[in-house]
Amino acid sequence: MNTGRSVWHFFASVKLALFLIGCIGIGAIIGTLIPQQQPAGWYAGVYGDQWARLILVLDIDTMYQAWWFNSLLGLLAINLIVCSIDRFPATWKIMRRDGLADGMKRFSGQTTGHHISTELSAGESVARTLSLLRTERYRPRSRETEQGVLIFAQKGPWTRCGVYIVHSSILVIFLGALIGTIGGFKGSILIGEGTAIERIVLRYTGELKPLDFAVRCNSFTIDFYDNGMPKEYTSNLTIIDDGDEVLTTDIEVNKPLTYKGITFYQASYEPSQDFIISVTNTETGASREFVTGFQQEVGWPEEDLSFGIINARAMGPTVVSAKLWFAGATPTGQWVDSGAVLDVETDSGSYQASVRQRFSTGLQVVKDPGVWLVYGGFFLLVAGLCISFFMNHRRLWILVSSKTEHTTELIVTGSANKHRPAFETQVERLAHNLSNEPT
Amino acid sequence: MDSSLLLGITTFAYLLCSLLYVGFSVFKPATVGRIATIATIVAVLIQTAGIILRWIESYQEGIGHAPLSNMYESVVFFSWTIAVLYLVIEWRFATRAFGAFVMPLAFLAMAYASLAPINKQISPLVPALQSNWLLAHVITCFIGYAAFAIAAALAVVYLFKYYGTRGTASSSDQTPTSLPVLDDLLYKTIVFGFIWLSIGIITGSIWANSAWGTYWSWDPKETWSLITWFVYAFTLHIRYTNLLKGPAVSWLAVVGFLAVLFTYYGVNFWLSGLHSYGSS
Repeated sequence: MNTGRSVWHFFASVKLALFLIGCIGIGAIIGTLIPQQQPAGWYAGVYGDQWARLILVLDIDTMYQAWWFNSLLGLLAINLIVCSIDRFPATWKIMRRDGLADGMKRFSGQTTGHHISTELSAGESVARTLSLLRTERYRPRSRETEQGVLIFAQKGPWTRCGVYIVHSSILVIFLGALIGTIGGFKGSILIGEGTAIERIVLRYTGELKPLDFAVRCNSFTIDFYDNGMPKEYTSNLTIIDDGDEVLTTDIEVNKPLTYKGITFYQASYEPSQDFIISVTNTETGASREFVTGFQQEVGWPEEDLSFGIINARAMGPTVVSAKLWFAGATPTGQWVDSGAVLDVETDSGSYQASVRQRFSTGLQVVKDPGVWLVYGGFFLLVAGLCISFFMNHRRLWILVSSKTEHTTELIVTGSANKHRPAFETQVERLAHNLSNEPT
Repeated sequence: MDSSLLLGITTFAYLLCSLLYVGFSVFKPATVGRIATIATIVAVLIQTAGIILRWIESYQEGIGHAPLSNMYESVVFFSWTIAVLYLVIEWRFATRAFGAFVMPLAFLAMAYASLAPINKQISPLVPALQSNWLLAHVITCFIGYAAFAIAAALAVVYLFKYYGTRGTASSSDQTPTSLPVLDDLLYKTIVFGFIWLSIGIITGSIWANSAWGTYWSWDPKETWSLITWFVYAFTLHIRYTNLLKGPAVSWLAVVGFLAVLFTYYGVNFWLSGLHSYGSS
């Protein structure tokens, strides 16, 4: 029993919270200073064998996935829960406290507060005070006592929950993250233009995970600004579910696509060694796209055409122009910029042709069923912070007692758990209003 | 008249304001104080005009985005926010006592923006930055950072006063630079910054989720913003529980601002990660 109590008090203490926050902070700092997820040999090369062994034993190379780092977060969660359960009953008691009973005690001894004398009768004074409090959006209650009529009114007892809202918001965020980790996945895929993929590569493990549907990349384009900076990466994707093309759409960075709870994000791209050649017969309008390698001959038997890429110019890995060869054309080979249209006359007729490098689009694939809980936690966090920092629990007591036949005395006093100077001003204003004769 | 001229004038104007406030603090003539305030208001207006003009210029160049997209623009906004928050504090608490400590920060930020070898061009936005969250994230973070800068300046005043007058300060002293009043103002400034930093981290995290599909990836910038958040959460709990008395909160406010500077500046240059936009 005693051990249980001391364990409980250990987990309920603010000191533990401060200690844990300190440890998590230090762990997080180390994780930013030591590069993460490098191969084991890399650490030995940079830090020496001894330190590398320590780094690997303590999982510092994958700090934020390390069991002990996440255990610290877990301990912080337990600390928050125990601390709240430990303290909330006392807060609840204050929130539910009988303000009139408190008032009797308050006025039983020396009464500090604003003393006001009026020529109204006690009954009129009470009625006036109650209506004044109501116009200030209080809901006053009153009781006859030996000393006179005691009036109690309060605002915002619930704001004492602000700190509990902040602490539980952190737990909600943790829960959302846990649900996302257990019930979701993160992975990536690289889809070549014109191909479809039905499985993704999971992050960390590298395992292949099949999807219930296929994703085809129809095209990938990069737009550039005039100064050469990338303006937009766009993938045109088609979802193929059960053989049906259910959906075709463009995705961009910041504009993902969600299907069946799985979201696809434009993340990267890779230029490939292949080219996409599109050829259109200008007379019949017949048009086709061909995927081909460098210096490989392609045929379009229906049109009796034979062509290929015989040379290409590239900037880094990106092809800027290609020399397109058509059998029977004059000249047989012509340079064309990537994406531009080339007119070709051959024995088979006149054609328009264009060439571009074939890209693969890199997508992040994420399923995270916990994300809305995390967002809910964010909302609670901000709401809770605002409640606990800007709002307070204000209580007012007014004792109305007949002094002589013609004078009534009012004593106004109040208390607030926070922002006392501002509340004191409000109490003064109320006292001032009560001391003015009604017009 | 272009934005870089106005922002250049702002740099010198903030230097002038700083000197005026220092002069006021040392020699205490009320006139100098009033001139300092007027100079600061004028400087803020010039800077505001400069920022708006830069925004307009970005549209004229066909780029068209708010001037909050790289290191230069963010430092300019940081300095603007410090100056505006300072004026609010001066007015709310009716004291010019902190100008000598706060306005030099606004000046240093502008001086860094003008003199450091960072890109001052208006550049178009790379795809990841093209989001409505950009404004919300940058503005909220920098309001938080500016509040923490001011908190650090107040903490320095507190520490000077604390170690300079140990034992001799009267507890009934209620002037703005008395220790209890300073402590209260410091606390309020930290609370203000803490809420904005929280919103800043949250908006950043929602943005990351819409751009990369993960609201938290322990990227160095994210991690350091969380570390900063921890420092201030720690500070607030120390103050509630009175575990450490006296100047502890002030020391923590200084440490917290160092964490802010590292999050803001250090991470861009010493650590690598997704958040490298700020470094250019």
